[in-house]
Amino acid sequence: MINERVLNTLIALLLLVVPLFAWQLDEPFIITLATKAAILALAGVGLNLALGYGGLVSFGHATFFGLGGYTMGILASHAQSFTPIMESPFLIDGTKSMPIIWLVAIVISAFVAFIIGLLSLRTTGVYFIMVTLAFGQMLYYFSISWPAYGGEDGLSIYVRNEFPGLNTLDPIQFFGICYVLLMVVIFFMSKLNSSSFGLALNSARQNSERVQTVGISPFRLQLVAFTISGAVTGLAGALFADLNRFISPTMFSWHTSGEIMVFIILGGAARLYGPVAGAAIFILLEHVLGGLSEFWHIFLGAILLLVVLFAKGGLIGSVSKKAASHG
Amino acid sequence: MSTILLIEQFLNGIQFGVMLFLMAAGLTLIFGVMGLINLAHGSLYMIGAFAAATVASLTGSFLLAIIASVVAAAVFGAIVEFSILRRLYDRDHLDQVLATFALILIFSEGTRWLFGSFPLYLDVPEALSGTVVLLGDIQYSRYRLAIIFIGLLVAVGLYLLISKTRVGMRIRAGENDREMIGALGIDISKLYTWVFALGAGLAGLAGALVGAIQSVQVGMGEPVLILAFVVIVIGGIGSIKGAFIGSLLVGLTDTLGRVLLPIAFSTFMESSAATSVASSLSSMLIYLLMAGVLLLKPSGLFGRAPS
Repeated sequence: MINERVLNTLIALLLLVVPLFAWQLDEPFIITLATKAAILALAGVGLNLALGYGGLVSFGHATFFGLGGYTMGILASHAQSFTPIMESPFLIDGTKSMPIIWLVAIVISAFVAFIIGLLSLRTTGVYFIMVTLAFGQMLYYFSISWPAYGGEDGLSIYVRNEFPGLNTLDPIQFFGICYVLLMVVIFFMSKLNSSSFGLALNSARQNSERVQTVGISPFRLQLVAFTISGAVTGLAGALFADLNRFISPTMFSWHTSGEIMVFIILGGAARLYGPVAGAAIFILLEHVLGGLSEFWHIFLGAILLLVVLFAKGGLIGSVSKKAASHG
Repeated sequence: MSTILLIEQFLNGIQFGVMLFLMAAGLTLIFGVMGLINLAHGSLYMIGAFAAATVASLTGSFLLAIIASVVAAAVFGAIVEFSILRRLYDRDHLDQVLATFALILIFSEGTRWLFGSFPLYLDVPEALSGTVVLLGDIQYSRYRLAIIFIGLLVAVGLYLLISKTRVGMRIRAGENDREMIGALGIDISKLYTWVFALGAGLAGLAGALVGAIQSVQVGMGEPVLILAFVVIVIGGIGSIKGAFIGSLLVGLTDTLGRVLLPIAFSTFMESSAATSVASSLSSMLIYLLMAGVLLLKPSGLFGRAPS
């Protein structure tokens, strides 16, 4: 049993040290795996705010992951072909600049999360799960049937986007960008959770009537949490698209929503580093089991089932002594 | 557009809706009685289709194939309920979603491992192939008409089972108060297994019936599962009547939307743009329908308001 704070530091250091070693040993593939883990962790950190802290079981976070990805794809493909996105009423050009892409991805995902939240937060419990799932599917089918950006086949971006002062095609530098973003967002989340907003959100999950009686609207708290949550997952989607230099409707699929949830559960829901631990375990399993058998999803399913049935609280819940703050 | 084509598409919409009902009825029953949200329902649909395709290729009999689909899905359902799912009834929805998501991974990959990734085919039986002539010279597929008939038969059967029989009384009592009917000496866990097997069998039947129109392959259950979710959200979770009305609404909206929207858009746009806009919009239409229903009635058309 170890203190959660110590465990968090260990996880953060491990995610940093492994790719640095790989860089020294000239193993770019391992750096790429670590980058993928960091990006998926970021998507999970986004969902964790809604699901873990807010108690909002969103089964549609692939929506925001996909929106982030398509934001990157659309902006970069127009920059790549030197055609403007639109000319009237005003000119919008594509761009290859990462910071601008991130900003647009965050704004668009936040906006869509706000709209979806506005509609789906009218419902609770199992309705909420299904409604978020359905909105996710709506965008999935839209991305398949909209031919302009590849439709079902997806879209390749040939060169990774640019970040001022860095060579983003160098794996370790791109990892650095993703890692720093992840740490910044986690720091922001830790501040948010201990702020009055975070405390109220936690109380709204545990007992929304009580929150209401002291004059705070649970709906507004949850809407803000859902919006921020979507924005963070959208940012992760933009990075993921940049990692693969490829976007496809798969980013919107409900399997993606399910997987983002799986990161949280493997690591521990409502734990600051839960999604980081979970995403790292997921990547490790994918790599190790995927090497053993092409049907590795059977084993993943079995492990997930065992964790849900017998190890509530995931990795962090099992090894850290502090009782889960969830439920 | 000709009236004949419109009527034909209308029947297709009904046929699609009736299929969705077979899925949605099981889902909504399982949720209503056990409080379980079962994502693996689509896997039972797939298991039914694979069982039917296997039996049909071994025996050549379509009737045996259909029976096999129901039995295989019901037995699988009962085993899964008995060994895993009953531990989840008292858990929160998040645990149920994750555990049944895990089951999907296991079932889909397991089926791929056993049968490979190539689709299997299930032939429509001779007696039901070809077309029939309906009122006013409308030619319509005999098989699709049979599906509509079977679906309506199941709907009536379910209604009678639940409202007129002793088992149905227990099921309704289970929805209202599970401790109380346990205290009255009814073996509630046995009832749960039967209800789950019933829902699973219906999903298996749907899989086999659709398998003869489309192909039988891994992952075939997932799009249908999500549509069935949309159906029960529209109809109100736990309500069989809601599932029936919701199924027909979704089936008709989806089918007619795909036919009518391109025509509507081509009246004021040039045709290639109209096709692409209309196809994107029609794929989203049922979700817009769902959003609309939720705006007016957050717990569905026939759902009980959340307590």
